[in-house]
Amino acid sequence: MSFDHRHLLGIETLKPHEITAILDLADSYVELNRRPEKHSDALAGLTQINMFFENSTRTQASFEIAGKRLGADVMNMAMQASSIKKGETLIDTAMTLNAMHPDLLVVRHPHSGAVDLLSQKVNCAVLNAGDGRHEHPTQALLDALTIRRAKGRLHRLNIAICGDIAHSRVARSNLILLGKMENRIRLIGPPTLVPGQFAEFGAEIYDDMREGLKDVDVVMMLRLQKERMDGGFIPSEREYYHRFGLDAEKLAQAKPDAIVMHPGPMNRGVEIDGTIADDINRSVIQEQVEMGVAVRMAAMDLLAQNLRKSRMEATG
Amino acid sequence: MTLLFTNARLINPEAGTDQMGALLVKNGRITEVLSEGAQPEQLFRARNIEPASASVVDCGGKCLAPGLIDIGVKICEPGERHKESYKSAGLAAAAGGVTTIVTRPDTTPAIDSPETLEFVTRRAQADAPVNVLPMAALTKGREGREMTEIGFLLDAGAVAFTDCDHVVTNTKVFSRALTYAKSCGALVIAHPQEPGLSAGAAATSGKFAALRGLPSVSPMAERMGLDRDIALLEMTGAKYHADQITTARALPALERAKNNGLDITAGTSIHHLTLNELDVADYRTFFKVKPPLRSEEDRLAVVEAVRTGLIDIISSMHTPQDEESKRLPFEEAAAGAVALETLLPAALRLYHAELLDLPTLFRAMTYNPAQRLGLASGRIAAGAPADLVLFDPDAPFVMDRFKLHSKSQNTPFDTQRMQGKVLATYVSGEPVFRRD
Repeated sequence: MSFDHRHLLGIETLKPHEITAILDLADSYVELNRRPEKHSDALAGLTQINMFFENSTRTQASFEIAGKRLGADVMNMAMQASSIKKGETLIDTAMTLNAMHPDLLVVRHPHSGAVDLLSQKVNCAVLNAGDGRHEHPTQALLDALTIRRAKGRLHRLNIAICGDIAHSRVARSNLILLGKMENRIRLIGPPTLVPGQFAEFGAEIYDDMREGLKDVDVVMMLRLQKERMDGGFIPSEREYYHRFGLDAEKLAQAKPDAIVMHPGPMNRGVEIDGTIADDINRSVIQEQVEMGVAVRMAAMDLLAQNLRKSRMEATG
Repeated sequence: MTLLFTNARLINPEAGTDQMGALLVKNGRITEVLSEGAQPEQLFRARNIEPASASVVDCGGKCLAPGLIDIGVKICEPGERHKESYKSAGLAAAAGGVTTIVTRPDTTPAIDSPETLEFVTRRAQADAPVNVLPMAALTKGREGREMTEIGFLLDAGAVAFTDCDHVVTNTKVFSRALTYAKSCGALVIAHPQEPGLSAGAAATSGKFAALRGLPSVSPMAERMGLDRDIALLEMTGAKYHADQITTARALPALERAKNNGLDITAGTSIHHLTLNELDVADYRTFFKVKPPLRSEEDRLAVVEAVRTGLIDIISSMHTPQDEESKRLPFEEAAAGAVALETLLPAALRLYHAELLDLPTLFRAMTYNPAQRLGLASGRIAAGAPADLVLFDPDAPFVMDRFKLHSKSQNTPFDTQRMQGKVLATYVSGEPVFRRD
């Protein structure tokens, strides 16, 4: 088996060949998704519950479509509005759901490590859809797939990740994944948002965007997560845009065929200029969304195969 | 009542010795320290002791040391008796070789008035088999606004004044409290930390915290807090103890303050001496303590500071938490670990790792805390109370948290291999614990 995991909690525990296996399978789902009839029965008979303890539209929709295209019974639970407001602990919520026999649990939570904790208490496959500022593995996988399809390879690329690294789970998962696949990674942003300890991950750190973007193949912009700010990380949005917002002039430092990525949702005019985001020759932001569905289908397919196998072994 | 301990490996923290000998105890006090060789019968005859009224404990070559004196134990009375009571903590202490617990006032409500202090003293006397010495809050409600009735509280038995992990941020309030405490001769124990920098932190800044995505605090926050307190000590001349020094960066400041003649001592916790940040691994909340576990470099620097005596005191920082407070995502989980029963075996890890010898370890857990609090215990010497622990430093075991006597079992050492078992504990010559 080329992918031997019960859960997908983060990139940290994946080996390079397992990353490749997910991406290869995802490629085939991209083809499926582009057909008029986009249905498979990989998850037929299985129940998928999306538990989002934090607001999300895009990721939740992507997981929902992915599950439905594979024939799973999908249910969404907006946890913000429900039991935690009544004082139920995360573990009690997990136990309650577990009693409903789900097969795939997709979880997003505002605290780092919370999805890991929950996975220890349930006997189904758990997918981390983002935990605090820790990991967001499917985002990193969809970014990797997008890069691989645009650049023809996923190694020996110069990749810049720009913006609010400190508060970003997307940045962490990408840093780990792209590092495992042997790329050169630069982290660009003001030092309040790019702490020096990230240098220990083998990344190069820049606080000058023009310098940092020089000759890169991929520019990954991050959302400036205003809701995470205690206040005082940057002087103002306009100064941030002036120094770290991606515009044509700064992008000119990158390779002529460099691609521009953003995990969404974008703050146009804060971290990225609107015309660049819409430039079909540079921006792959729409492709990222498309790859997201395919990657999530692949991840759930592989986890479901492992789940079925372990149940077979348990019963027979 | 006479008690003779023979064939003992005597750990004498005051003299810094570790050698075979015997100990004669009468009416709860050590009356004589003997070198090996004396036969009980001859000795009793020579000292005019009726052999029938005396009992002999053959220590079998195991270690006999002063019982541990643990500054900073949280007992959750009043307020959260389901987490720990004087009875359960007392049993845990006895089983851990701790003969004196110095309790923290960070209860609900805080121990900040003579009335509350009298309540806990009564509870302790009724329930705990070991000595219990209470500390009181330095400011009312530990809120850092008004000082408590330091004089009355001293009269009621408070041995030190501390707001525990609450830092008195208002320097005017803190300097006045220090000045007033000095006039009463009271010891103030503070938590050196810059609270603005450490707010919300669950880990120490560094690669590990970055990888785990945990909000973190720079180790510099400890030095900043200590630097401020040292400046206030120069101003006020108060008697001060830093509860936990856990980082290398804070040590030079501490050394300078001591060399400058300030009345300052420092402690550290057993967890910061024996664990590091990587032990948190996959968000294991039993390893969440305050301040957070540090890097391995910091840990080794602090061990070295204990060896040289720069850090005076090792504490358990015993902090009971129930399962519900710990079974949460790491950031939301409560901080703290129980440690009364694991203090000695954990400390012995440093002995087995050949980082510290036994007299040095016991100096930091018996003699130094006793001296700082003005107690007669903590010594192997004629006249000292016979508060003793008999232990086998080598006996191996696997830690099972459900066998702890504490009501809460949140120990980070669960399932770990440890060495060092307490065989018996004596308070004023009376056995309060014996291993079967």
